[in-house]
Amino acid sequence: MDTTFSAEDLAFRDEVRVFLANTFTDDLKARLSAKSTYKAAQVEWQQSLNNQGWFAVNWPTEYGGSGWTPTQKFIFENERSLAGAPGTIPFGVSMVAPVIYGFGSDEQKARFLPRILNSEDWWCQGYSEPGAGSDLAALKTKAVLDGDDYVVNGAKIWTTYAQLADWIFCLVRTDSSGKKQDGISFLLIDMKTPGIKVNPIIGIDNQHTLNEVEFNEVRVPKANLIGEQDKGWTYAKALLSHERTAIAGVAQSKRHLSELKKVAAVELSAGKPLLDDPSIRKNITDIEIELMALEYTELRVLAAAAAGSSPGAESSLLKIKGTEIQQSIQKLRMDLAGVYSGVFVGGDIDSLSGHEFSDKARVEYMYGRAATVYGGSNEVQKNIISKFVLGL
Amino acid sequence: MNFSFSEEQNMLRDSISKFVQDQYEFSVREKLAKTELGFSAENWQTFAELGWLSIPFSEEMGGFGGSVVDSMILMEEFGKGLVLEPFIATVLLFGGVINRSGNSAMMEANIPSIIDGSTQGALACFERQSRFELSDVKTQATKHGDQYSLSGEKSVVYNGASADKIIVSARTSGGQYDNDGITLFLVDANVAGVESTGYRMMDGQMVANITLNDVVLSRESIVGQLDKGFLLLQKVVNETLTAVGGEAIGVMDKLHTATVEYTKAREQFGVAIGSFQALQHRMVETFMACEQTRSLLYRAVCSVAEDKDEATKDVLALKTMIGRAGKLIGDEALQIHGGIGMTDELDIGHYVKRLMMINTFFGDADYSQQKFAELSLAA
Repeated sequence: MDTTFSAEDLAFRDEVRVFLANTFTDDLKARLSAKSTYKAAQVEWQQSLNNQGWFAVNWPTEYGGSGWTPTQKFIFENERSLAGAPGTIPFGVSMVAPVIYGFGSDEQKARFLPRILNSEDWWCQGYSEPGAGSDLAALKTKAVLDGDDYVVNGAKIWTTYAQLADWIFCLVRTDSSGKKQDGISFLLIDMKTPGIKVNPIIGIDNQHTLNEVEFNEVRVPKANLIGEQDKGWTYAKALLSHERTAIAGVAQSKRHLSELKKVAAVELSAGKPLLDDPSIRKNITDIEIELMALEYTELRVLAAAAAGSSPGAESSLLKIKGTEIQQSIQKLRMDLAGVYSGVFVGGDIDSLSGHEFSDKARVEYMYGRAATVYGGSNEVQKNIISKFVLGL
Repeated sequence: MNFSFSEEQNMLRDSISKFVQDQYEFSVREKLAKTELGFSAENWQTFAELGWLSIPFSEEMGGFGGSVVDSMILMEEFGKGLVLEPFIATVLLFGGVINRSGNSAMMEANIPSIIDGSTQGALACFERQSRFELSDVKTQATKHGDQYSLSGEKSVVYNGASADKIIVSARTSGGQYDNDGITLFLVDANVAGVESTGYRMMDGQMVANITLNDVVLSRESIVGQLDKGFLLLQKVVNETLTAVGGEAIGVMDKLHTATVEYTKAREQFGVAIGSFQALQHRMVETFMACEQTRSLLYRAVCSVAEDKDEATKDVLALKTMIGRAGKLIGDEALQIHGGIGMTDELDIGHYVKRLMMINTFFGDADYSQQKFAELSLAA
């Protein structure tokens, strides 16, 4: 048991620092935070990572994975978070790609993986439906084989960034005669296909992140089916554990917590920093201690994964604790903002309150409510742990 | 970075685990806890023969040359059986201070007899008014030529009743609350002026109040450096707390697992109560609390072993979480066991009491969290 960094690890850390300093420039930062330039800037950031061979950190090296050890992953995430650089949009690289290299055909691997690596395609996830949330297997969007095409009819909902996406990976029903988990298939669908309509959903954060995606007589080539027809549930389950591990967001929370401490040191009450308030100190350190633990829980899971065990129910623990911590930080930031947390001006202006963090605090707090719902609600995660870990 | 144990460490764990399973059945433990000694002298000799008492000491001293990781492993297995023998007091605290004293004559004179099981030791560092504050010391050491005279009272000294030798913290300069000016002295328990009053804690362990009335000591009795005892204590306490963290996780895992198993067997309304989601989700919380505590334990034990700058901060985080998670896990074990959990006859309540005592050992959750905040929120 040891947590020391080898000379190679330290050299790698220096390399990451140099890369971040050169690549994550003020100009890029500005373009990432403006809505009109966001997508192009995010793609540019991901392409810089890919040029370095640092984009697909969990892929096998034969498909272009970085081949990092758990320690290198830890170092990179830590440095990225310290620099405030964004993560990668997970839908392509972290979610659909493992399904493609795990269960797809050679043609599908050759066609999709290089474009994901180079961020040429922006992916979104077609899982939830109006009638299928936590009970995902109840999904009804139907695909019927007609010649060389599947004809898809139905609707997906809560689809993050569908308005930006080139492709959507979907769970569709191809058979409704047996158990609901049987008869589900995994389809890759080009968002430009006629019959697809994206309806924006404005969230309680007043932003447009979520969408409903309608499918009306959408023709999808049979070549876009992953693996076997009716076996999609198996592939989807493998994907979900990747998704949950990614949701933990430890590095992001570390950064948010250190920003929060800085805000607490300058925001005053009766002339004294909020950071002197005993209840604020208790609340901050409650979160910090849980987060210090979660950081090592994630490292333990990564180390076990590197030794050959695939992330199973542990990823549910990471999801639950990670999202609880995210929400605790968001709540505390709202507390620090006080009455200014409610200042609502719309658009990108956040200076009217005189407390610049307050607008972002509100938006992230409101959108952050989704974290304990998406990726399988935290209650569903508890059912998974109960069944597969506790044997209940 | 790796979180696995060496083959040697796995063998150590197996041998301790076997001892606990074979020799430490709950009913046997209960009889031992009620004896005057409060533990078994025979077991202590077995520990010596198996080399467990030598774990933290260097090979030059005849020890095993182990690290805090080895002590953590031993204590985790001890925790599962609620082992009563005073390993913490004699080996980790008393032995730890001697081992860190830098005084080779003192080490050579004392460590071999810890290892062979012939010396019981104690660390007397708290007083009636001091609560968890190691620096709050009223006991006075007054210098007379080449000698010191010690007077004062130490309270709740772990293993104080059985100790042959006691390390006492006393003030040689500074005010009552200063970190500087505390000196540690090695005192023979049967020397003139030392009086000890033994009593039992709720988890079965024996402690003592120790009164010192003009106890005359030579300059050679000073452990470590004059006036610098606080730093030495802090270092040894950090090391000891990672091992006690091991014990805590052993107890927590035992409580969590026993509770889950109980809900599979206990039937009400015609079904196993473990089938109720209201209970399942609570046991998921205790499972997560165990895992999170284990993560902080590994973090702290590595920090201490590798002598990192953040070692004290990591240990304080661990101690805070042990207190909070321990409370959750103990409460849930009692609640989910229902009426039977309230009985002295069942082992559950005894594990809960041990966790409560671990919480108050060298600073409870609130105290540790405030100390943590001082380090973490410093401007």
